[in-house]
Amino acid sequence: MRFLPDAEQREFARALDALLTAAGTPRTARAWAAGDPAPGRALWSRLADAGVFALAVPEEHEGLGPLPVELAVAFTELGRHAVPGPLVETVAAAALLDRLGDKAASAAWLPRVAAGRAVVSLGVPALTGPYALDADTADAVFVAEDDTLRLAGAAGPVQPSADPVRRLARPSAGGTVLARGPEVAAATAYAAEVAALATAAQSLGLGRALLDRTVAYVRQRTQFGVPVGSFQAVKHRLADTLLALEFAQPLVHAAALALAARGTAPREVAAAKVTAGEAAHAAARTALQLHGAVGYTEELDLSLWIRKARPLRDAWGTPASCRARVLAP
Amino acid sequence: MDLDFSAADDAFRAEARAWLAAHVPAAPLPSLETAEGFAAHRAWEAELAADRWSVVSWPEEYGGRGSSVLRWLVFEEEYYAAGAPGRVAQNGINLLAPTLFEHGTDEQRARVLPPMASGEVVWAQAWSEPESGSDLASLRSTAVRTDGGWLLSGQKTWSSRAAFADRAFGLFRSDPGADRPHRGLTYLMFPLGAEGVTVRPVGRLDGKPAFAELFLDGVFVPDEDVIGAPGDGWRVAMSTAGNERGLTLRSPGRFSAAADRLTALWRERADPSDTALRDRVADAVIGAEAYRLFTYAHASRLAAGGSIGAESSLNKVFWSELDIALHETALDLLGPYGELSDEAAEAPAHGGWAEGHTFSLAGPIYAGTNEIQRDIIAERLLGLPKGRR
Repeated sequence: MRFLPDAEQREFARALDALLTAAGTPRTARAWAAGDPAPGRALWSRLADAGVFALAVPEEHEGLGPLPVELAVAFTELGRHAVPGPLVETVAAAALLDRLGDKAASAAWLPRVAAGRAVVSLGVPALTGPYALDADTADAVFVAEDDTLRLAGAAGPVQPSADPVRRLARPSAGGTVLARGPEVAAATAYAAEVAALATAAQSLGLGRALLDRTVAYVRQRTQFGVPVGSFQAVKHRLADTLLALEFAQPLVHAAALALAARGTAPREVAAAKVTAGEAAHAAARTALQLHGAVGYTEELDLSLWIRKARPLRDAWGTPASCRARVLAP
Repeated sequence: MDLDFSAADDAFRAEARAWLAAHVPAAPLPSLETAEGFAAHRAWEAELAADRWSVVSWPEEYGGRGSSVLRWLVFEEEYYAAGAPGRVAQNGINLLAPTLFEHGTDEQRARVLPPMASGEVVWAQAWSEPESGSDLASLRSTAVRTDGGWLLSGQKTWSSRAAFADRAFGLFRSDPGADRPHRGLTYLMFPLGAEGVTVRPVGRLDGKPAFAELFLDGVFVPDEDVIGAPGDGWRVAMSTAGNERGLTLRSPGRFSAAADRLTALWRERADPSDTALRDRVADAVIGAEAYRLFTYAHASRLAAGGSIGAESSLNKVFWSELDIALHETALDLLGPYGELSDEAAEAPAHGGWAEGHTFSLAGPIYAGTNEIQRDIIAERLLGLPKGRR
């Protein structure tokens, strides 16, 4: 039966959770936002050592994958700890190169991705708009557009954004064309599914962290002489937050299983993406409301999670596009 | 969805599908909330039971197949996908039977379960009272000790199926002097046709007598119809409440089948430019799938030796809200036909969603209101402090 993650997958999640808890990700994320990627790069290497990026890279290129279920497990933890960087884009680019089967490009980049030596961004303008995440600091920015895959040059200036940890920049025009043809479109569609799955898992972890932090807060914050968490209006909002996350989780797991089994699972991935994205977005709104004014501050680390929820909901598949895909014939 | 079923599971599914294809009535039965429909649904229970499909998860000695929870879920998927009738026996099968398996005696199981499985005896629940709804432990109906048994008196209400059912089960106050309200309660089974019982059917929103008030005046119940120890009824009943909210009351198959029907209706009738409606259909489809996967995950935990506790409150809130969303979206797709009752001559051409919609509206109320469920979720799953209700 595979309705639940197995013992090994659960242990992998626990190990990553412990690693990231000890790493103190809020400081890393704030440095990343301020334009200092060094702590983020150091953490990136440790995640690579733990096997995270190898999950998206096939064995022939020094990886362990592709392993979508383990990837979803890992990205849930990355989301839980608000880890900075183009995590999704890196594994999606690896998926694209792997599916494309271009030997030179794969040999050049995939071993480096698996080992954590390449931080990679990916732009698919038709899906992600004109910006590529963290394109200013990435070691490579791939752009897939109109049946063409190219390696872009240096990125344009960073556009300040709602979540400053997500640094948005336009990839440069031109660069090196790596491949051209319908196989690029097919590989890009697959990469977009991997990206959507990883983003859904990230949202799930993000939502869990928002819920956990908010529950802890309303248990200790007192007003009218009692913990505010004893009020029914507060309880019910948190119950709804848990409900949404609990029912998003099996969709994410099932989408990963489907992707692993069939190599493509557009409907399942879309269902997981919209559900996890909406659940995390709602969790952020709840976290903000129940923390009150202090939750509205940049200073509180909670802001690192709150500000990421809405961008993740829309990245690699807006809610509307996901819903349309679920019903596509 | 790529979920692993064993070859034996697949064979079981195929067997169920073949049987249902051969037996499910071509035309829907009349509403089970009418006298005529109740009789037709009772006959259907007998037909199911004749080939051991009425209670697949029960041991064979009581009419079941000894199937796992997972197999039961598979059966339910096939059952609703086949458009088979609603289960008039479900109160007994889903609420009373689990209690008998856990707290009953061998004699009670041997006496009560087989006629329940065959539809020969249809059961109603008798929990609520006029002054005791969510605060069930405040109930006032009494069980007074008498020679060889108990005398039941008082009033029960919102008793589902009681208008036409044969017997009922519920809680009665047997020790008025107990120190706490939920102590001193006893769980009893009693006949609805007995001397001293008056049944007053109550029309629900659509007027059909889906439930009833029960007036009890010194109704004799022998000791053999007490479940568990006298005075221990609250604990005994709570195991039933857990089942009612949890896996066994609303199997995912119902919602998966309804979502499939909704999708078909949307493809057939929707204005493609109406993306707001499209999004609601998509959410209903996703919700049905999420509920299915969530339930299979829980069934897997059960199979691995785990148990279901407060998690069943998550289930209850989710399916009850999903059910309403599914039906309201269907009614909106139907436009003017969404106003027709299922009995209307022109209704069959438009999907017959009306009764299901009426039924769905009760979901957030019965089996513990969703407000109570959210309290349970917050207090037992999230660890928030108890407060005033």
